[in-house]
Amino acid sequence: MVVIVDYGVGNLYSLKSSFKAIGVDVITSGDSEVIKKADKIILPGVGAFEDASKKLFESGLADVVISMANNGVPLLGICLGMQMLFDRSLEYGVHKGLGLIKGEIRPISEVIPKGLKIPHIGWNALTLKKPKSEIFKYLNDGDCVYFVHSFYGANCSDSVIATTEYGENLTAAVQKGNVYGCQFHPEKSGNVGLSILKAFCELE
Amino acid sequence: MITKRIIPCLDVKDGRVVKGVNFQGLLDVSSPVSLGKFYSDNGADELVFYDITASSDGRALFTDILKEVAKTIFIPLTVGGGINTLDDFDRVLKCGADKVSVNSGAIKNPDLIYHAAKLYGDQCVVLSVDAKRVDGKFRVFAKGGRVDTGLDAIEWIKRGVDNGAGEIVLNSIDTDGVKNGFDLEMLDAVCKVVNVPVIASGGAGSIEHFITLFKTLPKVDAGLAASIFHFGEVKIKDLKEELYKNGIPMRLV
Repeated sequence: MVVIVDYGVGNLYSLKSSFKAIGVDVITSGDSEVIKKADKIILPGVGAFEDASKKLFESGLADVVISMANNGVPLLGICLGMQMLFDRSLEYGVHKGLGLIKGEIRPISEVIPKGLKIPHIGWNALTLKKPKSEIFKYLNDGDCVYFVHSFYGANCSDSVIATTEYGENLTAAVQKGNVYGCQFHPEKSGNVGLSILKAFCELE
Repeated sequence: MITKRIIPCLDVKDGRVVKGVNFQGLLDVSSPVSLGKFYSDNGADELVFYDITASSDGRALFTDILKEVAKTIFIPLTVGGGINTLDDFDRVLKCGADKVSVNSGAIKNPDLIYHAAKLYGDQCVVLSVDAKRVDGKFRVFAKGGRVDTGLDAIEWIKRGVDNGAGEIVLNSIDTDGVKNGFDLEMLDAVCKVVNVPVIASGGAGSIEHFITLFKTLPKVDAGLAASIFHFGEVKIKDLKEELYKNGIPMRLV
């Protein structure tokens, strides 16, 4: 069973629907007992890092997610959920993340040329690192996905599995073992996005 | 490189798409779900649904339809029409909308943008503006373009962005419905003062108009249209291929 971790950040209607569309049973839950039974975990998130991090740690769900990930359960973080996998974020202060991906979250304004709009919003092409990550097995280099973000994963080159070019090559997706993260929204990226979710659900 | 977006707009009244949809080969052309799916399958980068219902029954029906749309279509969805309060934001976001477009509601209560952006993030708040030339200036019109608010459009848009609007839809009343091309002058004036995405609306009549739009104004992020897509005069797939051939970054499906 795939469980979407509901820790009160963002709306999960579309995400839930996208799993139904690929024929995968999914439950949304903030109950650690339910999450512990999952064979795959989705960590979503929209909004500010500090608030999300507080909610995840104070609810005790952070520890549940960390220990399951350490036990090999496939985990996919999406957007802010991907950022949450990192050691820390520098979004308005310094806030701790789950520490499952080495690196930190920094403002894209530090690296992209002046004049480019922030947030980076819209459809942008992926450059896939070789060998292709399992979750991109249905993708081709150059496939477009939908981004909305002002911060990005930095100092994480060991884990980067895809980048996107927005004046600079930005981290688009990361992986470390069974822990995956997408900066973009697969549930809003048409068939390309659905095929990533499908590949994730097909992981052993 | 980020691609330019092509966005069909669907006006929905009492659960049906209005503005004369005329498609062949689509079973139920005025169903927002099947028309939206058709556009999504054919390369639309985003969909805008405008609720033009006045009654509360119609409003409930609209949110039911929105839920259906979000169950079947997995591209960004923007919802507008009748958004006056934070409760309205909440209502449509819970049904699967990604962005919420405000127009008259923000004119009545300019704080709405600020509070919505605080709560849901700038990227969620789209300021939609109907503007028209009056005495050589761009003026904001309300109530579907019928009432002159006296507000200067450029000032209004700047203020909206300062308050947290993450995207601007600029609909030129002067070019709307004429099918003679987008209002490049008005769009340029807006692009010069804001650093958030600007979506051009009003005046598209041909593929050529989109090429001119993106070539003349590289700062414009997206083109929005309704009837030319609904009537099949311009097919989104053809449009995007032509734009791509002309060097405009496009997502091809």
